[in-house]
Amino acid sequence: MKEILIIIVNGVLVHNFIMNRFLGCCPFLGVSKQLETAVSMGVAVTFVMTLASMITYLFNSLLLVPLNMEYLQILAFIVVIAALVQIVEMALRKISPLLYRALGVYLPLITTNCAVLGVTILNVTNNYNLVQSVVNGFAGGAGFMLSIVLFAGVRERLALADMPSWMDGFPGALITAGLMSVAFLGFAGMG
Amino acid sequence: MEILIAGASIGALGLVFGLLLGYFNRVFAAPVSERVLAVREALPGANCGGCGFSGCDAFAAAVVDGAASISGCPVGGTSVAQNIAEIMGVSVETVDEMQRKVATVVCRGGTNYCRPKYNYHGVHDCVAAAAVSDGVKSCHFACLGLGTCATVCAFGAIRIDERYQLVDVDRDKCTGCGKCVSICPKNVLDLQPLRQPVRLLCHANERGRVITDNCKAGCFSCGKCVEACRFGAIEMVNNLPVIHMEKCKACMMCAEACPVDAIWADFANRLEAVIDPSKCIGCSLCKRACQFDSIVGERRQKHIVTNACTGCAQCVEKCPKSAISVRTRQHLRDEYSQMDAPAVY
Repeated sequence: MKEILIIIVNGVLVHNFIMNRFLGCCPFLGVSKQLETAVSMGVAVTFVMTLASMITYLFNSLLLVPLNMEYLQILAFIVVIAALVQIVEMALRKISPLLYRALGVYLPLITTNCAVLGVTILNVTNNYNLVQSVVNGFAGGAGFMLSIVLFAGVRERLALADMPSWMDGFPGALITAGLMSVAFLGFAGMG
Repeated sequence: MEILIAGASIGALGLVFGLLLGYFNRVFAAPVSERVLAVREALPGANCGGCGFSGCDAFAAAVVDGAASISGCPVGGTSVAQNIAEIMGVSVETVDEMQRKVATVVCRGGTNYCRPKYNYHGVHDCVAAAAVSDGVKSCHFACLGLGTCATVCAFGAIRIDERYQLVDVDRDKCTGCGKCVSICPKNVLDLQPLRQPVRLLCHANERGRVITDNCKAGCFSCGKCVEACRFGAIEMVNNLPVIHMEKCKACMMCAEACPVDAIWADFANRLEAVIDPSKCIGCSLCKRACQFDSIVGERRQKHIVTNACTGCAQCVEKCPKSAISVRTRQHLRDEYSQMDAPAVY
């Protein structure tokens, strides 16, 4: 139980995927202009990361390790995650059009995102078991959601602020991201 | 050997997932409306995203939902727009109407503005009249107004103003065949889009006194339109302003600035911005974006568009709360309108 808690704190705060590992920066900058879309993106990422952690753990321990093909991890994981997300998307479209529309474009967008692949590889290198892997995936997604939602909030305020023209838009956003990363550094040593 | 195993296993993996995806696609096939499929079929299918949607499928769905214009596909152009219009049961004319080109007389120099040089009693034909010392009007470039263009027009779209010796095009009747354009000896006719916010109505590329002596409606290259344009859409070439339509925001300030009305503007369809007070949060972004100081209001208070608004709509996309919309003007524009006269309601 204690280990699980440590993994959660680690994933959300200490080794936050964006702020500490710098994985998944593309959607972090791309879809953080509005709070609503940032929340959707965060939910989608959490969903995919949790699912991917589970499937790739099973895939790795049941197929790759017995066959001595661990060196194919990266390639195989990408294929597995991409196919998985596609199937989930189809299923959602049929079963729950509402959820499909909410996650919408974000699901296919993040199939090959480095944060998703990163969490699966980390699960393997840390020798996590199934439960730990799933928790790590969920915590990583939650951490992603935390930072993208915070960032989107700041950016919404920045859009209204009286900024010099050379700071307007992306320059200001990047500096904000850097400052946020520094702030997250404060959690280092906790986990 | 190892690499063969690796290749084969990844290949097999791909095959398995491919089959799985295909199977699930059947199982989870969601019903898509017939019309979306038909519209999708009519599109080029390049998924270029030029329409602003994430692909042809998304665009097709948006068209059927009414969220996208039927002429929204920049790749397909008019032909695709027409096909979609048929599927959607919308009249094709509305698509075509904006882009349709019609003949336009680029001269306002009737005899009330442009002095005649002599009395002409020859053949009643512009080509013949132009041979006699460059025509009867004192400006080299002026419309001779004898109506040779009207005689070649098969649609009766050209009217002749006998009194001031000038021709005029009935823009509804004109089909844009271009016969009049090629016969005019003075090249005063030009094919231009039917709906344009502003249009230059002089093509005399002389300047200063030469123009003002000949014609009171001629452009004498004062450059006031260039100064008036806040969007850099007008530049002086060969003593005439050239309006770059892709930069024009339809503020129509060039037409207001022109001392001789050589620039015509579609004032009847001029726009004005309106701020929805329930959505305005007082961020002042619109105020900063406004080139004409026509938005008033303190920070964190409701902003108001005054009657000085030119309808350039630059504030609309700046508003983070989508509180600004544009509509056709209901009052004349007032350059000096200020806060105490909130005429826009």
